Amino acid sequence: MSAFGSWELARRSSAARWTLLLAFAVLGGGFFRAQILQSAQYRLTSANNRMRAIPISAPRGEIVDRNGLLIAENFPGYSVRLMASREDSLRAVVARLDSLIPSDSIDADAVIARWRSARHIPALVFGSSDFAVVATLEEHRAVLPGLVVQAEPRRRYPGGATVGHLVGYVSEVNPAELEDQLKFPGASMGDIVGKLGLEVEYDSILRGQNGVQFVEVTARGHMVREQGIDRTIRPVAGRTITTTIDLPLQRFVDSMWQADLPGMRGALLAMRPNGEILAYYSTPAYDPNDWVGGISTANFRALTSNPDKPLINRVISGRYPPASPFKLAVAAMGLKRGLITSTTRMAVPCTGAYQFGNRRFRCWKRDGGHGSLDLTGAIATSCDVYFYQLGLMLGEEAIFEDGTAMGFNSRSDIDLDPALEQRSVFPSSLKSYVNSRGVNWWSRGEILNLSIGQGNNAQTLVNMTAFYAALAGDGVKRAPYLVRPRPGAAEHDLGLTPAQLQSLRDAMAAVVNTGTAGRSGGRELRMAGKTGTGQVTGQEDMAWFLGFAPVEASEIIVGMLVEEGLHGSWIAPHVARTIRRWILGPDNPAVRAPVDLPITEELVPLDSAPPPPDTVIAPPPVIGIN
Amino acid sequence: MGRQLDRPLMIVILALASFGIVVLYSAGQTDTPTNADGVWLRQLVWLGIGLVAAAVVYRTSFRLLEWAAPWAYVLGLLLLLLTVVGFGSGGEGSAASTSSWLTVGGVRLGQPVELAKIATILMLARWFTARREPPTTLRGLVPPIMIAGVPAMLVMAQPDLGSAIVFAGILFATLFWAGVPPSLLLLLVSPVISLLLAWSTALWSVWMVVLFLLLLIWRPFLFEAIGIYLANSAMGMAAMVVWGKMAPHQQARILSFLNPEAYRSGSGYQIIQSKVAIGSGGWFGSGFTHGTQKRSGYIPEHWTDFVFAVVGEEFGFVGVMLALGLFMTLFFILIRIARRASDPYASIVIFGVVGLLFTHVFENVGMTIQIMPITGIPLPFFSYGGSFMLLIALAMGLAFRASGEARSSGYVES
Repeated sequence: MSAFGSWELARRSSAARWTLLLAFAVLGGGFFRAQILQSAQYRLTSANNRMRAIPISAPRGEIVDRNGLLIAENFPGYSVRLMASREDSLRAVVARLDSLIPSDSIDADAVIARWRSARHIPALVFGSSDFAVVATLEEHRAVLPGLVVQAEPRRRYPGGATVGHLVGYVSEVNPAELEDQLKFPGASMGDIVGKLGLEVEYDSILRGQNGVQFVEVTARGHMVREQGIDRTIRPVAGRTITTTIDLPLQRFVDSMWQADLPGMRGALLAMRPNGEILAYYSTPAYDPNDWVGGISTANFRALTSNPDKPLINRVISGRYPPASPFKLAVAAMGLKRGLITSTTRMAVPCTGAYQFGNRRFRCWKRDGGHGSLDLTGAIATSCDVYFYQLGLMLGEEAIFEDGTAMGFNSRSDIDLDPALEQRSVFPSSLKSYVNSRGVNWWSRGEILNLSIGQGNNAQTLVNMTAFYAALAGDGVKRAPYLVRPRPGAAEHDLGLTPAQLQSLRDAMAAVVNTGTAGRSGGRELRMAGKTGTGQVTGQEDMAWFLGFAPVEASEIIVGMLVEEGLHGSWIAPHVARTIRRWILGPDNPAVRAPVDLPITEELVPLDSAPPPPDTVIAPPPVIGIN
Repeated sequence: MGRQLDRPLMIVILALASFGIVVLYSAGQTDTPTNADGVWLRQLVWLGIGLVAAAVVYRTSFRLLEWAAPWAYVLGLLLLLLTVVGFGSGGEGSAASTSSWLTVGGVRLGQPVELAKIATILMLARWFTARREPPTTLRGLVPPIMIAGVPAMLVMAQPDLGSAIVFAGILFATLFWAGVPPSLLLLLVSPVISLLLAWSTALWSVWMVVLFLLLLIWRPFLFEAIGIYLANSAMGMAAMVVWGKMAPHQQARILSFLNPEAYRSGSGYQIIQSKVAIGSGGWFGSGFTHGTQKRSGYIPEHWTDFVFAVVGEEFGFVGVMLALGLFMTLFFILIRIARRASDPYASIVIFGVVGLLFTHVFENVGMTIQIMPITGIPLPFFSYGGSFMLLIALAMGLAFRASGEARSSGYVES
């Protein structure tokens, strides 16, 4: 066999060895390219394959009152999230999870939506404070691939509904909010952000910065281990904000209201002359705790279908005809323009009505009237006839001009979400009045309506209280604030001399001492104030009282309104009690004294003018909740 | 008997077997449950059984093997036939439609293809040894092609493309070592080359011109030349037809070989994850048992077909070079044994073993880094599998025998 001769074999072995060398060189080259030249790229792919970044929620800053009492705090809770690589597998796990905790209804579609918007991070399924739920899930971890349970601080509002409209609430950011880059800068899908109230206004301070934790997951989505602490980016906690609120006073207002005015709609705002808000109360309210971690459908439906509209923040979002309290504005215009002094009497004494052209404008005191009054007396008795004539003396242009200067057609610029605060309504000029309402509505008779706070005039409680704070203080209307004055907030100088201011305060003291609020119990507090009863066509009357004390150097200004057909003099005692609670402190027995029930009546003459159908101003607007 | 065990062969086999067990142990160390758990122990048992089998073969003379070759060959074919006609089932993790396991009454007895491989080597060697001269015409190649082709057709029917390629590897190794002229070998493979080049009309046209020139130069019989040329033409045109006849999983494997990114979630997933594991190994790897791709279950079949990805991830380029170096050393030793064998039969058998092992190593290692398409054949000494381990053991027993006979016969190459 020549083929197996030694020379032949040597030749073939050599050929075979070279072939092998070539083949192994090809393999070696392939590995060199993959493992040496492209190694960095493959290492990255490998890391991306199995590393998942899980956000660690930053604890939200606390909200405390002026003395450090907690309005909003955090307590330990859990968030349950799922990682998934495919939608159908996520859906299957959500369904399994749902069956494990029957009491919780999980919105599978919402989970899928969250996952779609950010596939690389675990999608939030629900938040819970119940350790038993978390324990159940941990037990079944084997059948719940991609389950991530994290300790996550949850929001709690110890005051519940008492502080509802003040703090607002927190909830998961929604895609529309994320699109607006300025609204929640730095927020990303799944983050908890403030909604309404202080929570949204100071969100950037409260929110802090989320951290990131890296975990390793298997091909099936099971978490295998957490990466070392050096890979974790620690969250930066949100900062605490200290408000000007006095929580005990706030609670006092709530308990007083619930005891004396149960079920009545309204609001109360207490502030200091410099703008610091002491109590901020709107009722009915929602319990902000219900919103944390997502409000239940039943709860939400109950809130939105309630005819009392508990979602309306009546301090800043409700607009009402200011009625008699506006007479102080008209008086200030007269004083400022030098048309009158505190002792000026009007040409026509009050006989219960005022004849203007062929129309008869009635005073609220129809039987006999008030007789001849000076300004002080007219304020004390809230005489309509006096202010009809003062209004005519001023003329429409002066009223519009001064009303605008005093801020009656702007926002109070309180430091709460400007999107929620309603701009008060007041004509800025005759032209704007005619433009907005049509020429047919204008007659000089409208001046008479405007003079007593009716007509095309709708004010928020916060704006009116700020005006009274100016009267109680140095005559400059400033933006009220809960944490700090809003930067760039407008100031409105009423243009009154200290003596003129003093004369108005004396008149308002007379309201309390002898006038329409004579039995409010505010006399010994040296309280001054003004009652009012606003009329909205087709609705029940609403009551105002704005008061402050002590009259010579006010410490507190309280504005209060009740929608339920009450009259101003009925609610004055509650304002007096609030002021007494503040001035005398919680331990004074007088604070607990029962409220005297009212007396003097003050009614706007219903038949005084044929009010055009839309002297009805702005029915209280319905605000959305998001 | 005075025979000595081939010491270098012993060392390299021990090294490869130990490396294999170490890697299989690591394959079982995962964070997610896989079938790899504890396979290293079972592999050790198979290694022990293999040792006994190798010892038995070592005591058997090549004359006896030469006599027994037809019987073993026929037995292998019969068993393969059984798998095709209904006694076959898929292995763990392999496509359910395949039937490479001989299964009787639900019990999987083994993979007959491994017996068929070694029997085919013995049979081919017998056929060549019976001729005084190697075939020099294509017609003369028909019998060996039939010997390797019949089992290859049977495994194709299972269907198991990978193993069919192994029979081709065995055939070419033995043809080459038996002294068939390389030009004839080239003409023999020319239809396959034509098939592979058919995707590009330009390349295929060039190839047909080159083939024509080669036929003019080498001057085979006229009807053979015409036959080859026609076969090449037919292959080029039949490429699409052949494609259509392939099983879907075979098509997917070829498509994902060409473009794994497009098949990321399906068959492309395997190759991507395997390359990521190997690539992330770098120079020295992530360390024994610490491969994260493996630990988290991203490497498919990481204890069988893709076991080499674990080597690449945990031991890096250095570990890969070590493994490939050991294989190459083994092949060089086997070539040396084949060259010094005391008789042509033993020589051809041993070189057939080289062809068998090389095909397995090149195809398996090559597919882990996408040099070769995924065909799912095991890697000698590393992949877990009893039948295959026995095959390797038998082959090594033959090598020791051949080496010992060469020494004891006093034949020494100068």
